Formats: sequence, structure tokens, C-alpha cells
Amino acid sequence: MSQSQPATRPLAPAPKMSAASLALMPVHFIMGLADKPLRALQKAAGIGGMATFFLAPNMLIFSIFVLLPIIINIVYSLTGGTAIFLNERTFVGTDQYAHIFNCSNYLDPRSCQEDAFWTAVGNTFWFVVIQVTLLIVCSLITALILNRDLMARSFWRAVFFFPVLLSPVVVGLIWRWILQRQGLLNYILYPFGHDPVTWLSDRTVAFAAAVGVSIWAHMGFYTLILLAGLQAIPKDLYEAAEMDGTRAMRVFRRITLPLLMPNLLVVVVLALIKAVQVFDEVYVLTGGGPGTATQFLTQYIYETGFVSQPRNAGLAAAASILMGLVLVVLTLIQLGISKRNENKGKR
Amino acid sequence: MGSITLTNVQKSYGAVHVLHDINLDIRAGEFVVFVGPSGCGKSTLLRVIAGLEKITGGELAIDGKRVNEVSAADRGLAMVFQSYALYPHMSVRQNLAFGLENSGMPKAEIAERIGEAARMLEIEQYMERRPGQLSGGQRQRVAIGRAIVRRPTAFLLDEPLSNLDAELRVSTRAEIAALHDRLKSTMIYVTHDQVEAMTLANRIVVMRAGKIEQVGAPLDLYNNPANRFVAGFIGAPHMNFIEGDVVESTGGTVVIKAANGEQFTAPVPLNGVTTGERLSVGIRPQHMGLSETGRGLPAKVRLVEALGSETVIHAEALGQKLLAIVPGQRHLSAGEAITLAYDGAPIHVFGANGQRVN
Amino acid sequence: MSRVTQFIFRRRGGKGWHWTDIATWVWLIGGLIIMFGPAVWLALSSFKTPAALAEFPPSILPYVSQQATVQGYDKPLTLFNATMPDGSTRVLAEVRRVGTVAQMVDPKAPAEIIKVNINQRTPVRSVSFSTENYVQPFLHFDFFRYLWNSVFVTVTATVITLVVNSMAAFALSKYEFKGRNAAMLVILATLMVPLSVILVPLYSIISTLGLFNNLWGVILPTVATPTGVFILRQYMLTIPDELIDAARMDKASEWQIYWRIVVPLTAPALAVLAIFSVVWRWNDFLWPLIVLSRRELYTLQVGLNIYSGELNVQWHFILAMTVVTMIPVVLVFIFLQRFITTGIAGTGLK
Repeated sequence: MSQSQPATRPLAPAPKMSAASLALMPVHFIMGLADKPLRALQKAAGIGGMATFFLAPNMLIFSIFVLLPIIINIVYSLTGGTAIFLNERTFVGTDQYAHIFNCSNYLDPRSCQEDAFWTAVGNTFWFVVIQVTLLIVCSLITALILNRDLMARSFWRAVFFFPVLLSPVVVGLIWRWILQRQGLLNYILYPFGHDPVTWLSDRTVAFAAAVGVSIWAHMGFYTLILLAGLQAIPKDLYEAAEMDGTRAMRVFRRITLPLLMPNLLVVVVLALIKAVQVFDEVYVLTGGGPGTATQFLTQYIYETGFVSQPRNAGLAAAASILMGLVLVVLTLIQLGISKRNENKGKR
Repeated sequence: MGSITLTNVQKSYGAVHVLHDINLDIRAGEFVVFVGPSGCGKSTLLRVIAGLEKITGGELAIDGKRVNEVSAADRGLAMVFQSYALYPHMSVRQNLAFGLENSGMPKAEIAERIGEAARMLEIEQYMERRPGQLSGGQRQRVAIGRAIVRRPTAFLLDEPLSNLDAELRVSTRAEIAALHDRLKSTMIYVTHDQVEAMTLANRIVVMRAGKIEQVGAPLDLYNNPANRFVAGFIGAPHMNFIEGDVVESTGGTVVIKAANGEQFTAPVPLNGVTTGERLSVGIRPQHMGLSETGRGLPAKVRLVEALGSETVIHAEALGQKLLAIVPGQRHLSAGEAITLAYDGAPIHVFGANGQRVN
Repeated sequence: MSRVTQFIFRRRGGKGWHWTDIATWVWLIGGLIIMFGPAVWLALSSFKTPAALAEFPPSILPYVSQQATVQGYDKPLTLFNATMPDGSTRVLAEVRRVGTVAQMVDPKAPAEIIKVNINQRTPVRSVSFSTENYVQPFLHFDFFRYLWNSVFVTVTATVITLVVNSMAAFALSKYEFKGRNAAMLVILATLMVPLSVILVPLYSIISTLGLFNNLWGVILPTVATPTGVFILRQYMLTIPDELIDAARMDKASEWQIYWRIVVPLTAPALAVLAIFSVVWRWNDFLWPLIVLSRRELYTLQVGLNIYSGELNVQWHFILAMTVVTMIPVVLVFIFLQRFITTGIAGTGLK
């Protein structure tokens, strides 16, 4: 007699011990051991007390390695001398700041006593302006292209994302290798009658390379955020616009751009925050040179505080606080935008 | 085993009082349903009993022992949640075992209890599945199973049927009733659906705005609602209320005058009402009929809903909307004049403060 | 102008190739070359011998000039294809070079010296991967040490990050307690203070704690990432509170609720954070550069930078070590790229 399959036949076979769960067994064991003392703790502290317990490690690390440094940094910037430990340093008030701002002509960095700082500020400023602009333009174009009905879109997305994961040291070395005298770029240009050049020994080229390489390294990240924004725009809006016979340019200006604007703003501010701190890959690429052509603020702080002899931690702290102020303003703007976007989403 | 006593229980979040002086005595083995509109505090009351919320005043006792300070884990209660709250990353079996393992029960006993519960609930064939692979009804059973294996002092059920479709709800309702008969444990059941309350409960606790309005057996509440709120809440469709001021109250009748000036005579003996007092006279739609003799309340038909076995008549009389449910099929049309009969109908009269006066 | 926008919006809809499609593909192919090309070039170069590296114009693939031992000569001689005055070509070995004339011998008849103009000869070469570049750093440099240091820092920091951050996120998402908002604010505030701003004081704290020249000095300041707490908390907020209540009714302790319920359910977010943490810590440069001043403690990134900054840069070793440094990241990229991209798109963190 044939029997019909019961409707409630199990869908999945009984789960077997997977490799992952085997690997996790010792972890489970340790975490299980922790339960007994923690139950006792819970009895003593109550459920609310356990919240403190869970939060404590993170807060401890935060306080020691982030909050405390912020406070110490301010104190540091008010002291002088070459000692590392605070109690050995002499209080100098606002001398470090006065030193930084001691310029005979505020429009000319070379007239300042601490001209290296102002050169770094100037370099950083131009770097931020040029890099962020180009970065956003490239990312936006790439995002728009990736948002088209492409074959193998995830592959192309991965292509542009690849350099994002590379370490700054690797990025710097790769491009140093390409831009050197016997490098790939000279080889490519050779057939066009271009004599080999040591690219990075030219001030302008080195600066351009710093901008280009940092765009190369970070573009994929911003492209991804913009692409997510583009894909979040409901398709029916475009279909409705098409039904209305709206011209393409108008669609871009009236639908795409306004709806992408929240993401675009976030991306711009994020890129600004990153660009102000530019250091790693450029440092490996050019070492700040030739001369001071690619010396930026973070490198100035690093070299003043750690490399130069004697070390001038007070001056470095003062400079980092000035940079920190800029970053705080930028971050507050970003948080403001994010909050506004969130609220919009709620309505 | 399983009596729960609440004495002046209060709960407030900051300045917001969610429960005011709740006094309730739940007997062992009783099936008690908390019912009320959403936001009345019934779920909070259940969570307070469970120990998931701390009470801010009064005393809570289980089997005569004060448990105010006892944590949820140690009260010996089990709860079935509205969303079932099955652990999504565990199989059905692990879901059932989790609580038993936590109390350090020997493995053999765990297996035995799970087997028993699985048989009782007929969920044996999906023991190795994850909750995500189950239908709503199956999940519901697992959630109940998780409570059963604990052999709790009392079961707490928080709107357990609200996520099921209508058909399943009716059958599961019957199963829960059967389960109670079988286990004979105390069950406290929260719902906003008065049909569930009527069909399941030994006693119903009607709540409103953090207060208990009335406690009683289902038919007691239906037949003798203590106040206008309970009268309106229990029974579907809602009771008709005819509002008016007392003109005269003699012997066995009271005459009230509606806002539009017309008068209505209710055949109920009332004591101690004064002329001019505002009253609500309540008559259930099922107790209203169509008068054959012309005696009754003249009304005008607004809408007729023919359900086949019965006809729901939306009528207007005394400038107020009234509902009558009459058996069989009636051919009436909107605008038609009819006379509503209420001879011999149970009549509930409520004073201006909402309390019953007859 | 509308052409430009068509380029942006019109889909490839069976209408054949619009010029915008061509522009799209130019951009994509160009992107492919620019984004992958340099890394591929680096990888290919890393297999070249120092001599091949110094060559200009460089070859795409790593070639090695063939050499032969010729009777009567102590050292192996380089082989060339030489074009004879009569137009024929012969394989000859070069003995020495004088001005534009190379003195060559036929390996089979080493007695006779043949003079050939250097423009008339090309080296005999074959593709050969110089694995020496890889073996040497492992054997004779501290490269293995650096690799180990990097792995240690990455793994330890990631494990601590996951545990500490998930605990904090659990507290911040599933408990009501005094000071919760204050804690959130503190974490938010730390978002504004990147490492580059607190280099100096952080260094002094690390020194005070005796963690200077200690890998823990690299690890500890990085593990309490605010972004980690944020993504985990965001994810945990989606876990229904009823589950926690159910577990409490099931006699689970708070620690068990964390470990048995919340952590398994947060696995997707933990995976994203783990991947990010691995990439972050593996790539960290400035902070290890400051904390580590002893060679045997260098991480890969620091070691690479130091080597590449030495006076006579040994590019063949540098390139090979760079490739090794790249490998984990490339593996992450190949296998987990989808995770990361959705992670970034969802949270906007890097």
C-alpha cells in the first residue's frame, strides 16, 4: 500500500557537527567556565550591574587610550622641553601656540618662525581641495557607470574596490616602483619619444602623484557608498519620469541628484576628514619630498614629536590640537548630516 | 501549587503610572485571562508577575511566598511570548532543552521531558529543524512546548494567538483549553480579544488604564457587567447604550428623555435615582428584536447586513444609533420604519459615573 | 548635454551600441588596467633578478639571460644570438666587451674569438621566476619575524576587538541603565579623535605603561574601536527583546544570554567587523612605526618601509616582501569581498 508523503516532512537533515562548530568547542568551553563566577557576580550586582560589567572593558580601554590622551594632549601643548613624562616637563603656557603663530606676514609661510608647520598646512590645504574634488568626481562617475545595467556588475565593483584593502605601505611601494626611473611609466612613455625621468624628484609631479595615488587607493570606498545611494533610489521613480517623458538631464537634476545628495554630502565630509589626515601612503611614496613638496600635517606632527632631534613633543601636541579642531568641526558636520538623513528616513 | 496573589501592586516608569493598586488572587489551577484594550497594562501586569519588570509598590506572592525580589529565572514560571521568542539559531530540540540545561537538570531527564512534550504537542517530526523552517502554527506549539517542559508553577501566555491566521487561531484556542484541562496548572493569559477571553477563561480580569475594572467568570461578566466599560467590552457586537435623563422612575419602569427630546421607557426597577439624572440603558443587540405588535421603540433602518443565519440591522432611534441582531433572513431596506422590541430582554442601567445602578 | 545624460541613464536596451556604452566600457577597462595593473606589475617584477630589474626598457615577464660554461673560461658566460655579417645567426657566448664591439666565442669551438658589434647581438633569454627573492628574505632577513609579529598583532587585536566591542554593544543595546547615553556620547566623541591627533600623549601613556617596544602597545590602543561598537550595537538592536526575556525566563544568566543568544545571533555583523579588523590591523603603519623601534619587533608594514628607505634599496627583496604582505589582503578580497562591500554600503565605515 503506497503511503503519501506526510506534509510535514523535515526540510533539513539533522544538523551535523560542522568543522566550524568543532573549532568553536574550546571557546565554548572557556566561555562556559566563565559562567559560574559571573552568575555569582550577577547575584551580587543585579541585572543592571551586569550592564556595567559588559561595558567596563571597552570603557577602560577608551579611557586609557583615547580620553586620557585627549586631556594629556592639551597639557602637553602647554609644556616645553624634551622630556616624555609629564611631571618632568616645564609649564610654558601658550608659548607653543605663540611660536606657531609667530609670523611677520600671515600670507607667507616662509615668514613664520615655524615655517615647516605652515608649509605643511599649505600643502595639506591644497591637497585636500584638489584630492577631494577629483576623488568625488571620479567616484561619482564610477558609481553612475556601475549603476547601469552592466554585465557582471559585482566584478566591476570589485575591480574599483581592490586598492582600498591594500596597506598604505604597499600602495606607496607599488607606485614608487612604477614611478621610478626604470619604472613602468617611463617604459610606457618611451615609445612616444619621452626620455626617462625620475618622476618623484619633481616637486609638482610628486605632489600630483601624492594626489593621484591617494585617489587610486581610496576611490573604491566612496564609489561603494555612492553606488549604494544610487541603488536605494526607487526604480519606479525613473519609470514614472519615463512615463511623463521627462528628459534625461532633467531626470538627473530633479531625481538622481537630490535623492543622492545625502550620500554625496556624507561622502564629501568623510573624504575631507580622511584627506586632512593624509600621511601613510604619501609618506612611503615620497617621504614628504622632494624638499617639503609633499609634507603634510600628520607628517609634521610625527616628525616634530618623534623624529627630530631633540624631540619637540609640546610643539607637536599644539599642532595636533589645531588639526584636531578642524577634524572635530568636520565630524560634527558629518554627524549632523547623518542625523538629518536618518530623520528624513523616519518621516 | 500555583496560586498567585497580588496585593496593591503598582508599576510606574518614572512619573508614568502603568499599574495602579492591582489586587488579585489567582487560585491554583485556574485559567485567568487578562483582557482589555491595548495600552491598558495587561501585558505589563503579566511581565510583572513573570519578574521581567520590577514592581514599584505592593506585594506579589506565589504560593504564599513573597517574590518581589526574586528574579524571573527563580520564580518557577514559564512564559509564552507573543512573537514566540524562539531562539532562531537553535533547533527545536535545543530550544526546549535550553532552559532545562540552565537549571542543571540531568541529560536523561531533559530528554524524557522533551520527548513527552513533543508527543503531547505533536511536534516530534520537526525536532531538528530551526524555528525559521517552521510555520507559524508549528512555532506556536514549540513555544508552548518550551514552557511545558519546564513544568512551571504557572504558565504565562502573552497574546499567544495574535500572530496566527483566523482559522488556526480557533483550533489552537481549543488546544490550549484542552492543554489546561490536562495539565491542570495555573495559566494566565493575556489577550485583547474578548472571544478568546470568553472561551478560555475560568475567570476574566477586565482591565482599563492600569486598573482592574471587573473580575469574574465569563458569563458573570456577560450577564452582570459591573460598569459601562465592561458591558461595552464583553460581547460582540458591542452593547447598545441609550443615553438620557431620568424623567420618572416608578415601580418597575424608568422613563428617560434622550437628547433629541424623545422618551424611552425601560422596564427595570430602579431605586434611588433622581429625576434629571443622566443614565445609560444598555441592551445587547442580540436581545433586540423586531416588534410584531407595534409595541416597542420606533426606529428607522439605516443599513441591513444579511449574514444568512441572522440579520444585523443598523437602526436609528431616539437620535442614537442602535444595533439589532435578529435570527433568519429579513427583507428590509434602508429608510424603512420599524419597531424594535426589547420585551423581556436583560437590561443594564449605568449611572453617570459608569457604574451599574440596577 | 542630453547625450551626456543619456550616457548616464539609458540602459543597454537592445538598441545596439550607443556611444555611451562605448564610453562606459572604456572607463571600465581603463579602471581594470589602472586598478589591477600596478599590483600585477609589482607581482611580476618581484620574480625578476636584480639584473633584470635594472634593465631599461623593462620586460613584462621575468626573463633570465642564459649562460653557459665554456671550456677555457672560469666563469659562466652569457649567451647571445649574434647576427653574422652574412646574415645568419649563431648562438655565441660573450667573453668581454670593448667599446661597441663584443668579443665572443662559439661555445662549441671556444678557441676562436669572434668580434661582433653590440647592436648585432641580443641576449638569449627565457622566462624564469626568480624565487630567490622570496627565499632570501625568509632565510637571511628578519622577514619571518615581521610576518609573525604582524600575524600576532592582527589576530590578537581582532579577537580582543570582537569580544570587547560585542560586550559593550550588548550593554548599550539591551540594557537600560544610568549613564547609557553618556557612554554612547563618549564613544561617539572618540570618532572625532583619530590617532594622528593623539600621537604624542598616546606615546607617553604607552611609555608609562611600559608598553613601548612591545607588541601589546600596538594592539591595545586599537581594540576599542567606536565603529565596531556602533555596527554591533546597530545589529543587536534588531534582536527582539522578547528573546532576551525568554532566555531570562529560561534561567539563563546574563553572561549566558550574551554568549549563547546574542553573540550567535550577531554572527553576520561580527564577521564583518572581524574582516575589517583584520584588514585594519594588518595594514596599520603609523602607530607601529612609533611604538616599535627594535628590529625584531617590527610588523611587516614597518619592516617594509624601513627596508625600502635604506640607501641602496634592494628592490628585488622589497618587491617580493611587498607581494607577501599583500597576500592576506588579496585573499580577503577574493573570498570576502562581497561581505565587505555590503558591510560598507550598509554602515558607511571603513
